[in-house]
Amino acid sequence: MSTTTATSGTRMDTGEDIGALATLRLGMTYSPELREGIGLTLVLAVVASCGQVVVPIAVQQTLDRGLNGPGGPRLDYVAWMGLLAAVAIGVTSWASYLMTRRLFTTSERGLATLRTKAFRHVHDLPLLTQNTERRGALVSRVTSDVDQVSQFLVFGGLIFVVSMGQVLVATVLMVVYSWELALVVWLAFAPLFLSIRWFQKKLSAAYTVVRHQVGVLLGAISEPVVGAAVVRSYGVEDRTQARIDTAIQDWQDAYTHAQTYTVTSFSLGGLSAGLANAGVIVVGVLLGFTGDMTPGKVLAFAFLVTLFVGPVQMGTQILTDAQNAIASWRRVLGILETPADLVDPGPEGEQLPRGPIDVRFRDVTFSYPDGPPVLRDIDLAIEAGTRVAIVGETGSGKSTFAKLLTRLMDPVEGAVLLDGVDVRRIDARSLRRSVVLVPQEGFLFDDTITANVRYGKLDATEDEIRASAAELGVDDWLAGLPRGLDTQVGQRGESLSAGERQLVALLRAHLADPDLLVLDEATSAVDPSLEMQIGRALERLMQSRTSVTIAHRLSTAEGADEVIVVDKGRVVQRGPHAVLVAQAGSVYAGLHASWVAQHSRL
Amino acid sequence: MAEDAELRGTTTLDGFRVLWVGIKREPTVFTVATLGAVLFGVLTVADAWVLGWSTQHVLIPAFDTGEIGTDMLVWVVALFMGVAILRAVGIVARRLGGGIMYYRMQSHTRRGVTRQYLSLPMEWHQRHPTGQLLSNAYSDVEAAWAPIMPLPMALGTIVMMVVAVVQMFLADVVMALVGLLVFPAVVVANLLYQHYSSPLMTRAQGLRAEVSEIAHESFDGAMVVKTLGREVEETDRFRAKAHELRDVNIRAGRFRAIFDPTLASLPNLGVLVVLAVGVSRVASGATEAGDVVTVAYLLTIVSFPIRAIGWLLGEFPRSVVGYRRAKAVLDARGTMTYGEDRLPPASGGALLEVDDLHYSYDADAPLLRGVDFDVQPGRTVALVGATASGKSTLTSLMTRLVDPDAGTIRIDGHDLTGLRKGELPRDVALVPQTAFMFDDTVRGNVTLGADVPDDVVWGALRTSQADGFVAALPDGLDTKLGERGTSLSGGQRQRLSLARALVRRPRLLILDDATSAVDPEVEARILASLRDEHSAGSATSLVVVAYRKATISLADEVLHLDGGRIVGRGTHAELLASSPAYAQLVNAYENAAAIDAESASVVDGGSRQ
Repeated sequence: MSTTTATSGTRMDTGEDIGALATLRLGMTYSPELREGIGLTLVLAVVASCGQVVVPIAVQQTLDRGLNGPGGPRLDYVAWMGLLAAVAIGVTSWASYLMTRRLFTTSERGLATLRTKAFRHVHDLPLLTQNTERRGALVSRVTSDVDQVSQFLVFGGLIFVVSMGQVLVATVLMVVYSWELALVVWLAFAPLFLSIRWFQKKLSAAYTVVRHQVGVLLGAISEPVVGAAVVRSYGVEDRTQARIDTAIQDWQDAYTHAQTYTVTSFSLGGLSAGLANAGVIVVGVLLGFTGDMTPGKVLAFAFLVTLFVGPVQMGTQILTDAQNAIASWRRVLGILETPADLVDPGPEGEQLPRGPIDVRFRDVTFSYPDGPPVLRDIDLAIEAGTRVAIVGETGSGKSTFAKLLTRLMDPVEGAVLLDGVDVRRIDARSLRRSVVLVPQEGFLFDDTITANVRYGKLDATEDEIRASAAELGVDDWLAGLPRGLDTQVGQRGESLSAGERQLVALLRAHLADPDLLVLDEATSAVDPSLEMQIGRALERLMQSRTSVTIAHRLSTAEGADEVIVVDKGRVVQRGPHAVLVAQAGSVYAGLHASWVAQHSRL
Repeated sequence: MAEDAELRGTTTLDGFRVLWVGIKREPTVFTVATLGAVLFGVLTVADAWVLGWSTQHVLIPAFDTGEIGTDMLVWVVALFMGVAILRAVGIVARRLGGGIMYYRMQSHTRRGVTRQYLSLPMEWHQRHPTGQLLSNAYSDVEAAWAPIMPLPMALGTIVMMVVAVVQMFLADVVMALVGLLVFPAVVVANLLYQHYSSPLMTRAQGLRAEVSEIAHESFDGAMVVKTLGREVEETDRFRAKAHELRDVNIRAGRFRAIFDPTLASLPNLGVLVVLAVGVSRVASGATEAGDVVTVAYLLTIVSFPIRAIGWLLGEFPRSVVGYRRAKAVLDARGTMTYGEDRLPPASGGALLEVDDLHYSYDADAPLLRGVDFDVQPGRTVALVGATASGKSTLTSLMTRLVDPDAGTIRIDGHDLTGLRKGELPRDVALVPQTAFMFDDTVRGNVTLGADVPDDVVWGALRTSQADGFVAALPDGLDTKLGERGTSLSGGQRQRLSLARALVRRPRLLILDDATSAVDPEVEARILASLRDEHSAGSATSLVVVAYRKATISLADEVLHLDGGRIVGRGTHAELLASSPAYAQLVNAYENAAAIDAESASVVDGGSRQ
């Protein structure tokens, strides 16, 4: 297990390469509900589509026997036929009701499952993979894209099933009435049927562009929302609007282009219908001279043709709409088809025992996709219960260290071991329970401080939270807030200052009670006095744990048991602060000198 | 407010009102589409007429006499094909027109909504979740105009119905009256459907927005979710809403399941009744067999498009809710007002005067309570204060992102509120704590569209110590950064954000802890080059929010913000001497080092095993 293949380099799958049939098959696999009871739904669909045939039969029968019968109009016959037809309409409507209900239920259930699976899978993907997709586009993949599929499955799917049933029934009836006329009708529609494939290809390409433009549009719309402050303070409203307007126009052009194909294909159907009608009359008349054709039969056949034309046109339209839905479905499935490089062994994996963790990097090399190595051949051990600071210049690879340690990424070569176990073999739940990272920008959810802190410990009571705050030395700050723990933090925590957000993130991590705490510049936005206070509190709290701090401020390094100096992806020095700083000409001595210069000026 | 919109029910009339807005906005496309639909409708009816004509003049005579002229057969083909071709033209006009109108209306509304996003004040943005605003501009707009697609078809259907009804009356008055009973029945079915499904549709649209909000927030906080292993809980949160949406949709589906077959069977039942009546009338000699066929056929033909009206009305509830939600943004007031003052062109630093400034987010806990200070042209002032003391708020006020509750801010003697729009950003630049990147190139992010020569861009990048890593990017200045610059580190984003401010050569530059994610060494170089520029005569007035002494040491003057007021003012040395609170705040590192040294000598590694 010391070497594995490169990881973390996967881009989010666009799903564009999944074929139409493969999309349906995959879709069924991820939403097994869609298959449930499909047999009965189909039977109901066939019964429902028979309803459309009841009327022409009644008309034909009434005309031939009731109206033009040998003994003149027969009222009782007409009455019985009418009653029979009414009952048939009742039965088929009931079937249609049941079918629609079932379709709604199965598709909504199936899609809710798909939505949730896709949402979960996004969280299972490495951060690097998540970042290859625009946030808005990612959201649209679990929201509007799914709605698009739902519209299709319910209305399209329903009408398509019924339409095909009707086409089948109409064809069978036509053949029963007169196979010659049936042939005429099918010949009239042959050009339409033959062109469908070509249109489908064009539409598929057009709707792929449409979905892409939707993503671009969502990205553009998010700029004045997320970047509201920058747009205002730099007075670039016009430019931002121009960019949005371009995205809006491109979106509109893409849709209009796709619509052109839809319309062309649909109008072809109208021409075929005209041809079919004319053909039936002409050929019907000609057949009348030689065979057993009656005017009633030809007329009934004309009715049958409308029954055939309606669903064929409907079906063509649904096939064109389906391209949009399938483009959406592909995008949702694309998420699920993106491999989660960081595979969680699950409950089968190793469990980390409680208590301080010892850390081992074994010949670890890491590089970002297509990039040079960020960390090279790192081989080091951190004893359980020690406080380690990692220092180095920007770009030296120290943040990568933190991400490998917490398994936000896996090494390209080598292995990271916690308590002697490769992190890749540890159950993710156990890993997250024991190892906590506090990043520099502590993201908060739009809720109260209490709710945010509980991300660290779900069942934490308010007293626990208060006690924890007191231990960290941030109870004064908390007491100073007008609503205390019930303070709403706003979106992304923006009602709080950057420093306060870091305090909440720290509190959250403290409540999580980890055995290995990794701090990545977790107090960079806090004032020095408070930072020192928290630093001391953390030191106290870390005594029975292992802690790794990525430090820009060397004051943190001074207090650590050991300092690891990273330079250009390699560990160049390690040891206590006092020893390292005394090594003249060393990287650490240089860093320290500039730190001192900055802080003792004046 | 969007919330009110969700509480109110929707009526069919509301739906027509929304459509009327669209018709007024795009009259030409609407007319073309409707004419196409009318053409289509008339010709669909003409189809029935051609069939009747063919029956009377070709079919019946041919069977009666056993012969027919070729010219009559040619006529049949010509008539059917003529009708079909014209109808195809109608389809193209109707559907393409409908589509274009639908897309254009969405574009119009989106332009309006995003213009509002750009002009509404920050304070409005802070009150509205990102997910909601995105959904207002996208899915609500889409829902609002969705009925436009079936609209021309439905209108064409009405014309078709009128023509069909006239024909029916021409054929036989009694049968026509019987057949007409279908129409009121359709209307009643629609009203019932509206009544039962509209509350559900409204709820569903609201839930769609909530699902989107959760997804947006959760993906934004992916790092936290991952590092604390809260994937399961987040998925549960999402699933709960997704299931709520699912259940509402399924319930709405039940009404749809009743409505659709009802709509389909009404004309069929009508045909049966017409047949019964027709046969009895033929028996009594009141009408002819051909008329029965015509009326019955007209009804079947109308039965399919009747549903078009149903589809139109079926879209109404969602449309009205979507429209109201988008309209809430369009109608939002609170646009910042601007005056007419201009800042005269000047080259040196600007004079900033802050006078008795009050501001609070929460009336119970005022944040700023009478802040007074000034920054003389070309001077550098450091703003120092504890966490959450209001420093960032002060920078927002100085750049007029928000307006104070009371007090004034003047630049070169002009009150900020009296300046023309766009005047302030020309002279004042803010570098915020959290750098925001546009989905653009490095150059685009630095210049923000201004026409700046490359060497000036590189100059700014050099000052902000970003030239090194930008030069190393695959396409240099033309490298695309991707949404929010996620491909860069926090420190790199901060440096680009600083370059963005520098390239504009502002007369007042405000740095809000703008180098917090940058290494001390890099920060030192940034400060050194700022100082060099400064001494080289650019003499920008500079306000820096800072904790680090190196930054503070740049300042000619230090302001100590505490308890919502400036409590100390002077040079760093003066404040150190006069204010113990200030000394404690900025000397924390040295003090801590001293304490650590003491405790180290006592414990001497005793905590280690």
